[in-house]
Amino acid sequence: MQHLPVVPIVLPAVSGALMLLAMRADLPGKRTFSIATMILLGTVAVLLLMQPPPLVYRLGDWPAPFGIVLQIDRLAAMLLALNALLGLAVALYAVGTGWDKRGAHFHSLLMFQMMGLNGAFVTGDAFNLFVFFEVMLIASYGLMVHGGGAARVKAGVQYVVVNLAGSALFLFALGTVYAVTGTLNMADIGLKAAEVPHDGLIRAGAVMLMLVFAVKAAVVPLHFWLPATYENAPGPVAALFAIMTKVGVYAMLRSLTLMFPFDSAIGAMLAEGLRIAAGLTLITGMVGLFGARDFGRVVTWSVIGSIGTLLLAVSAGRPEATAASLYYLVHSTLAGAVLFLLGDMIVARRGTLRLVPAGRLAQGGLLAAMTMAAAVAMAGMPPLSGFIGKLLILQALPDQWGLWLLILATSLLAIMGFARAGSTIFWATDSSEAPAHPAQPLGFVAIGLLIAALTVWTLAAGVIQPWLDGAAAALHAPAALTRAVLS
Amino acid sequence: MEILLATAIGWFTAVAVYLVLRRRVFPVILGMTMLSYAVNVFLFATGGLVVGAPPLLEGKVAGPGPMTDPLPQALVLTAIVISFGMTAVVVMMSLGAWFQSGSDRVDLDEAEPAAEAPQPEGRA
Repeated sequence: MQHLPVVPIVLPAVSGALMLLAMRADLPGKRTFSIATMILLGTVAVLLLMQPPPLVYRLGDWPAPFGIVLQIDRLAAMLLALNALLGLAVALYAVGTGWDKRGAHFHSLLMFQMMGLNGAFVTGDAFNLFVFFEVMLIASYGLMVHGGGAARVKAGVQYVVVNLAGSALFLFALGTVYAVTGTLNMADIGLKAAEVPHDGLIRAGAVMLMLVFAVKAAVVPLHFWLPATYENAPGPVAALFAIMTKVGVYAMLRSLTLMFPFDSAIGAMLAEGLRIAAGLTLITGMVGLFGARDFGRVVTWSVIGSIGTLLLAVSAGRPEATAASLYYLVHSTLAGAVLFLLGDMIVARRGTLRLVPAGRLAQGGLLAAMTMAAAVAMAGMPPLSGFIGKLLILQALPDQWGLWLLILATSLLAIMGFARAGSTIFWATDSSEAPAHPAQPLGFVAIGLLIAALTVWTLAAGVIQPWLDGAAAALHAPAALTRAVLS
Repeated sequence: MEILLATAIGWFTAVAVYLVLRRRVFPVILGMTMLSYAVNVFLFATGGLVVGAPPLLEGKVAGPGPMTDPLPQALVLTAIVISFGMTAVVVMMSLGAWFQSGSDRVDLDEAEPAAEAPQPEGRA
């Protein structure tokens, strides 16, 4: 039990390597192994959720500011569980639809991606965050071009170049912060940053750091890489990417609470800039959704729009708004993933995602019902969790009428955009029989799993809310975490 | 020393930005390499510039003598390994894109004059 915090990183690393070395040609073996690992990861995450936070794990038993630590509070444990659930759904979907047959090492890459994501969520060291970002990204480059094809590889090159530029900026930012504070431990940076006499340099470092996270989270105006990438990525991979943008949001949340808290001068400046960018992101995303002529674009823009909503709540810097943003974060990840998987199902049956009238779809009824549910959740209509999420955000910011107007107006745009897309795909059909297509029950099980999770997240909102309030309170009062890390 | 280093980092970065904005694969890769050089030199400088001092003290030295900060060297080492791996990846992917689409542009502009996209040999 003592070594539990390091398991979410070691387990996928070992199983990915094992699959690479011992099961090169054994596809059934790889499939079983991959799904079993995902279930194990989920179990570990649940065990970690039940431990009293914060958990601190010292790698190599070096004391904190000198060695690398892993820190698990409620937020990190929650994201580990979410990641495991998403990974399970993606693995099931890839097995069910045969995506994993189109290239050699899908499951290994999936495992390395899980390792990078989990590592980014639990690390307490800023440089280690960079390393895990790179692990996550290098696996995602492989997954992005999985299955090949000219358009996909070209979009992949663009994705890699944007992220390489982001990585370089990340290193510049870390170097600047290290030069001023002399430490890379996030909790220690939080203590030292408050005491730096001339704060020009550390301001520059903090801004660069936020810019890097903004690139990862696809915040306007740094979002331009996302639509082409997500649209061209294989369906299950795009679903997994739904959580990759959230890694950027997570890193921002950590920076704004642990390294540069909202109540410090630097944190206030960052939050102010973030608020404006988040508003622009929300508008751009929802207008893009409304104007898109392709279901893939509808989904990618809706993901960008949801990032905007999320960051508006984060940038408010109040515990209740942070709690609402945590609720919305889980919801928007699940809803985005469902929409990407459905997009893949539709394009496999329809041949195109363009919003033009076409023939009927095989299993059209089930697909339509699932798309309806996911779109309702994503647009923020009752009864699903998107509605509760937006309601919580609005409730947490009762005095900001401009923000209310923005969120409500963009929700209307999203509803109209989704209604148009859904009616064209499922209703504007001729009366001919749908062309036969294999039923792929496991693929539907994967989508159903995520929709079930959304439903549970909605129904249990009353139970989850106090727990999230606790998580947000712990984020806004990081003294306990700092003490646990540095003692 | 500071002037020299700052100028070098600035020059590398400026060249890198110019090359990345060329939007063709080869200049972009060269630009990313330049940028990673600039980053590495910058990371070296973050520990403070001390000439001729060892990064690790051997057992015989009494008291805290002059020494350089060893941590930036560890960071630079990690950064070099990662940027080397990333360069290999981006070269492979660019080759794949070149052979599959016959174009070496990094941006996804479809309307490209045919004369600017020479077909590589052996392309089916």
